[in-house]
Parts: sequence; structure tokens; C-alpha cells
Amino acid sequence: MRTLFILPLLLLTTLADAAEFKVLRPQQSSVSFISRQMGVPVDGEFRKFTADIVLDPAKPEKGKARINIDLGSIDTGNQEANEEVVGKTWFDAKTYPTASFVSTAVKALGQGHYAAQGKLTIKGKTLDTQADFTIEQKTDLVTLAGSFTLKRLAYDIGSGIWSDTDTVADEVLVRFHFVVARQ
Amino acid sequence: MDTRYTHTAVTLHWLIALLIFAAFPLGLYMHDLPLSPHKLRLYSYHKWIGITVFVLAVMRLSWRATHRPPPLPASMPAWERFAAESVHYLLYALIFAIPVSGWLMSSAKGMQTVWFGVLPLPDLIGKDKELGDLLHEAHEAFNFALLGLLLAHVGAALKHHIIQHDDILARMIPFLRRKP
Repeated sequence: MRTLFILPLLLLTTLADAAEFKVLRPQQSSVSFISRQMGVPVDGEFRKFTADIVLDPAKPEKGKARINIDLGSIDTGNQEANEEVVGKTWFDAKTYPTASFVSTAVKALGQGHYAAQGKLTIKGKTLDTQADFTIEQKTDLVTLAGSFTLKRLAYDIGSGIWSDTDTVADEVLVRFHFVVARQ
Repeated sequence: MDTRYTHTAVTLHWLIALLIFAAFPLGLYMHDLPLSPHKLRLYSYHKWIGITVFVLAVMRLSWRATHRPPPLPASMPAWERFAAESVHYLLYALIFAIPVSGWLMSSAKGMQTVWFGVLPLPDLIGKDKELGDLLHEAHEAFNFALLGLLLAHVGAALKHHIIQHDDILARMIPFLRRKP
């Protein structure tokens, strides 16, 4: 009697699990950014990050994400700049090695576009952030790709002489591309 | 036969010279600076000057191809004519090669060149660290070749003016002309 009652529940849970994508494929994923230096867009990326994403493409609003970025893994394309940006005036990566994003809500914007709202913590400071993204499903993989504009000075990234936004703009476009599998 | 360069050639020659005199020491100086907004600004200025030299060099060579320069004095020995022409051709080549190597180096290093912060130059090659380092070496080598050739070029012009008292230098600086 009891078993009969539990069995459908178990089945339901298994079905729910099967619909969820939650295992990141790091090799196919990326976190990159475009800064503007003297008006020139310059590409960079973070080579190390983790992303705990749970997403059911049928119910994206129920999705959750926690992204951790290893700031020391930054690659600006220039060795001198790599050494500079982990320093105290920029990320101060010794004291604050990780930047993290924790989602609080996912909203549908229509036409396959979604907005992930959440808390972005960098350099000990937490601010509300919203990142727009798209969801693309290919049988056993789901790709979440999107971007948001980070205002670096709000987090004190690049203080002192670097706070001059004519040389390095305040706005940095952060782009993410996460490929997530069921298991 | 005219014994001086046209106004256009004279103007282009001195404009290019002036810009090179600015860009060359700027390049040497900025290269060793620690990373700072000041350094980023100087790199941009250097690149803007370089691209301006490139544009003027295109004009100069187009003009040169369609307008004969004034003849060298008949008294000039053959080896001097050969030396003068060789140095001129090498200088023409370098005023192209130096800005172009800088432009390509910028692309390879992932820093596009945007002329005066307004006009983006296409990245003719993609981001490639090794190629960027190679182009850096080339840019440097071309510049030291330019320095050597300029010393010969200026030295020869002064020798003609001060020692030989001819009108070679006056071909490029008209008010220095001695004979009517």
C-alpha cells in the first residue's frame, strides 16, 4: 500500500530530474569581457570559473545559477595588463580572489529571451545585477548565452589613476556562454 | 629644368619628417613606461601619428610616381647618385613598412587601431601572440634602420650644403637657394 503510494512520486521526481540540466561543460563554456581603452574595444576572458546552474528549459523561470569566477585567471591578452589588473587598484585578487553571481529570479522577456536577476559580488561589494540571456537546447545540451554591462567603478575596479574613464571606460561588457548537460 | 621639388613634395616631405621626429622618440619613451592611463594615451597618440604618416606616405609616393624629382647636379659622381637613390628608395619603403608593421602588430596584440579615436582601421590579421611579438621585433628593427638611413640622409644633405656649397639641400628647402 505504502509502496504504491510512493512509486508515482519517485517516478515524478525522476522525470523532473531528467528535465533538468545541471552539469556544466567547462570546455565549451566561457566568461569573457570587452573593455574600452581610448575608445578601442579590447577583448579579454576568465579562464577559470565554476557555474552551478539548474535549468529546466520548459520552465526557465524556475532556473537557478551560482557562478564563481577566479579573478586570478584573467587573460586580457597582454601580460603586463594581466599582472596589473589583479593588483590592489583593480581586483585586489589576493584579498578577493573570487567574483560571484547568485541568481534570485529568472524572468521571461519574450521571444526566447530571459533575464537573470541576482547579486553580483566583486571586491567585497554586492550589488543587484540583471543579465539578459537566451536558451538554446540541443537534445542533451542546453546553452545559456548572454551579457550584461558592468560599471567597474561601482565596484571600485580600477581606482586611483585608473578611475579616469577617458582612458578606460566605466562600462565593461561581460559576456557568458554556459553549456550545461543533464549529467 | 626645375631644380627644386614641387611645393606638394616639399610640404609632404617636411610634414612626414616632423611626424617621424615626434613618433620615434615617443615610441622609445612609452615602451618602457609602467602600465598607466598615461601610457595608454601615449600609445594611442603614437598610433594616430603613425597612421597619419602612412596616409601622407601614400600621397607622397603617388606624387613622386607622377612627378619627376629635380635632376641631381651633373658633377655628382656615379656612386653618390647610386647611394642617394638607394637611400631614398629605402626611406620610401620604410615610411610604409613602419606604420604598417605597427598597425598589424596592434591587431595581433588584440588592440585595434582607431585613428584619432574615431576611425577604426580593419584588423587585417587576428589576435596571435607569437605573430604580435614577431611584428614588434620587425617594427623595432625597421625603426633602427630608419634611424641609420636618416643619419646618412641628413648627413649627406648637410655635406652638400656646407662642404660642397651646391643646391642639393635647397631642392627641399627653397629659401636656402644660393644661385639665382
